[in-house]
Amino acid sequence: MSMEEKQNSQTSLDFNQNIFKPTSREEIVEIVKTCYRKNIPLEINGLKSKNKIGRNFQSEKTLDLSDYKGIIDYKPEELYIKVKAGTPLKEIIGELDKNNQQLAFEPNDFGYLFSGQSNSGSIGGVVSCNFAGSRRFKVGSVRDHILGFQGINGKGETIKSGGTVVKNVTGYDLSKLVSGSFGTLTILTELSIKVLPKPETSKTLIIKNPHLKKALDFLGKALSSSTDPSGGVFYPDYFGKDFVLNDLTHDGGLTAIRIEGPTNSVDQRVNRLSKELGLLDQELSILDSEQSNIFWSRTKNLEVFKSLKSNLLRIVLPMSETLKVIQKLKNFEIKYFIDWGGGLIWASFDQLNTKILSEIKDTVKKHQGYITLIKVEEDLKASADIFTIDPIKYKISEKIKRSFDPKRIFNPGKMYTGI
Amino acid sequence: MSSLQMPKVDNAIMSKKDKIASDLREIINSKNVLSNPDELRPFETDGLTAYRQMPLLVVMPETVEEVSQILKYCNENKVKVVPRGAGTGLSGGSMPLEDCVLMAMGKFNKIIEIDFENRCVVTQPCVTNLAITHAVQDKGFYYAPDPSSQIACSIGGNVAENSGGVHSLKYGATTNNLLGIQVVLMDGTVTKFGGKAMDAEGYDFLGLMTGSEGLLGVITEVTVKILKSPEVVKAALVGFPSIEDAGNCVAEIIAEGCIPAGMEIMDKALTKATNDYSKAGYPTDAEAMMIVEFDGTEHEVEAYIQKTKEIAEKNNSSSLKISKTNEERLKFWAGRKAAFPACGVLAPDYMCMDGSIPRGKLAEVLNEISRLSKKYNLPVANAFHAGDGNLHPLIMFDANDKESLRKCEDFGADILKYCVKVGGALTGEHGVGIEKRELMCEAFNDKDIQQQLTIKVALDPNSLLNPGKVYPILRKCAEEGRVHVHGGKTKFPDIPRF
Repeated sequence: MSMEEKQNSQTSLDFNQNIFKPTSREEIVEIVKTCYRKNIPLEINGLKSKNKIGRNFQSEKTLDLSDYKGIIDYKPEELYIKVKAGTPLKEIIGELDKNNQQLAFEPNDFGYLFSGQSNSGSIGGVVSCNFAGSRRFKVGSVRDHILGFQGINGKGETIKSGGTVVKNVTGYDLSKLVSGSFGTLTILTELSIKVLPKPETSKTLIIKNPHLKKALDFLGKALSSSTDPSGGVFYPDYFGKDFVLNDLTHDGGLTAIRIEGPTNSVDQRVNRLSKELGLLDQELSILDSEQSNIFWSRTKNLEVFKSLKSNLLRIVLPMSETLKVIQKLKNFEIKYFIDWGGGLIWASFDQLNTKILSEIKDTVKKHQGYITLIKVEEDLKASADIFTIDPIKYKISEKIKRSFDPKRIFNPGKMYTGI
Repeated sequence: MSSLQMPKVDNAIMSKKDKIASDLREIINSKNVLSNPDELRPFETDGLTAYRQMPLLVVMPETVEEVSQILKYCNENKVKVVPRGAGTGLSGGSMPLEDCVLMAMGKFNKIIEIDFENRCVVTQPCVTNLAITHAVQDKGFYYAPDPSSQIACSIGGNVAENSGGVHSLKYGATTNNLLGIQVVLMDGTVTKFGGKAMDAEGYDFLGLMTGSEGLLGVITEVTVKILKSPEVVKAALVGFPSIEDAGNCVAEIIAEGCIPAGMEIMDKALTKATNDYSKAGYPTDAEAMMIVEFDGTEHEVEAYIQKTKEIAEKNNSSSLKISKTNEERLKFWAGRKAAFPACGVLAPDYMCMDGSIPRGKLAEVLNEISRLSKKYNLPVANAFHAGDGNLHPLIMFDANDKESLRKCEDFGADILKYCVKVGGALTGEHGVGIEKRELMCEAFNDKDIQQQLTIKVALDPNSLLNPGKVYPILRKCAEEGRVHVHGGKTKFPDIPRF
């Protein structure tokens, strides 16, 4: 027995329990070292708001990081916050609110979809899934806001990358790699995240319009204009009626474009944009800050899918392909809405099986996009690929996985078989 | 050539030079394989001119298939490969090795597609950064990252180094403006990471490759996003009686929720030098001078400029000028952009450092630099991308005096160590390369470095692609060269540097 093994076997860790709920990094290290030694696969959870996304996999033990939480350091003037990975997003947002700052990537709240009520999860989960909200085309994804992290690799070693400063090109940018890795590479312990000032005002142009083609035209023009929008969505008729707001003078299909910034600038840009888009008064409503925030919060929360039992897909595409893909998907019974100014489709299918799924995947792939299965029935989940990948990238992913987690003990198989 | 240690020269490879050259001539057009010393000479260094090394051979592939076949050949025959774009890098990332094939990507110089609908440009890697903006500006678009060498540096090199620029506080660095790349791995595998969509499936290899300094793959195609040019751009030129006041002003502007497009500070020494050199009209009596630029719509820019004015006055500004015309704004920048050549006038040689610090530590770090300047008895001038905490001290010395060079290198290393100590980073935008390689252990411990090396080994098991760069060969913090300029002559003297 090596010295290290001896030390591990003498620790206080009760290994009979199935769920570990560590409160310190030392405990996490001890758990991982033991699992590494004994080849025990671990399921890693935060607040479980998104743990149903991903493949089912066999794990002997669960590592629950919900007690590993707290804000370590928040420097508003340096535009960063450093937190423990299990910290609830809600707590972070609450703290940033006090200084009129925000996480600009407005991550989706999947609680409504999976449990009928808000659960925005932990920051570790947000980073691990890398699902960004409507500002994506303007401010980037979650990964673009991660300045650095500390994590535990599959051998129980504490590693770090990046730091707290925005400009840092020292070594490989592992913060990008761990973002969106669904807990398969490291156990995140600490995250340093870029924060930004909240815009003084937010207004939203709502254009009455049931047609996707027209909507994409509006969105394309808006995103290519110097009015600098920060959100662009299209809800077809069946979803448009879900939005009842004081200043929203019509129901049915709608295109919404958000403009944010200093108040007088927002007014100027809203006017300019409505002129550039050639909008008539009767087809246009303008939401004030409060209503605008409600509208985008509902979009972020995927609230139109609140009561959806299953069959929700997330489809990312070049904007030029969105119309073609939707036209093809209309062969199936679908309900969808478009986010990211045209680059993201959230689509629910009445019926979904492996055959239909494979057709959808082929279609999306042909149009240079990819899909992620967000909510599907258990039997389909067992037989279908949740994430897409091509063989070359699979091979590279396998190697990268091994470099972090040589014995495949972190969420093994959650993303892909063998990874 | 200084005594910088590089990976051991493989004598078997050296002795097979002719055979390797003739094999490579089978793979690509024979005129694109260079082997005689006169032809190799132009490739012996990059923007870090203090170090020179002739490569074994130079290859200039013309297609992705050729890149793939060359790498496959070199991998199978254990030949080291060093990729090179425009050769403007400041950290020695494409400095050749004695036994390497230098892969010069210069023939990949065409823009492949301009796609306004998806607001992106697909280009070959050796197109210059500025050429992308030039290709789209007639429609009112531009490519945001603007490293100061943008008229010469290649977009592929920008990806390899994750280049920043003056505007990265608001618009991010290369990594935040990149949609996709095509890459050839050391075993010849050709693959694409990302594309025209905003995100890609699976692990973020695009993010991993960006800033990996040519150690993980050779970039053969790049897709970048383009932005609509802002309607109005205005700058303010502000003088302060102390560095502390300038630093506080920066912090307060940010805290007030204004995110400028660019925010630069120069200390008194540099303000005077640049003003003498470029007649930019700077307040030379000020201890610190700030240029702050906002872009956006007219009202937005006005609102921010007004706020800046109030904050500057509150922080004891001694002078304040706001650009009335675009010409005036460019004049504000002219001095700042001439910072390097201006220092060339002050001393026979200077070295440019590239550390990153928390914005709030500016005064502390500058005080430390001034203390070190006295200790080493070498003058220093400081330029600072204040918005994002990226500091560029320019240390003046005389390379003909060996003692002076040694002191300069010690001084530089002390500055970077101090940057790390206050919570910053060794390099903000120039990369590690060979320049800061030995300082990596100041920022990372063994486990951190080991994790990075296992990634390298996963993709390049024989460590043949750009070896000896980024990661220390010896575990000692030697202090080696910086951007070394003799008699004001940089490799590309016409390129304004920050």
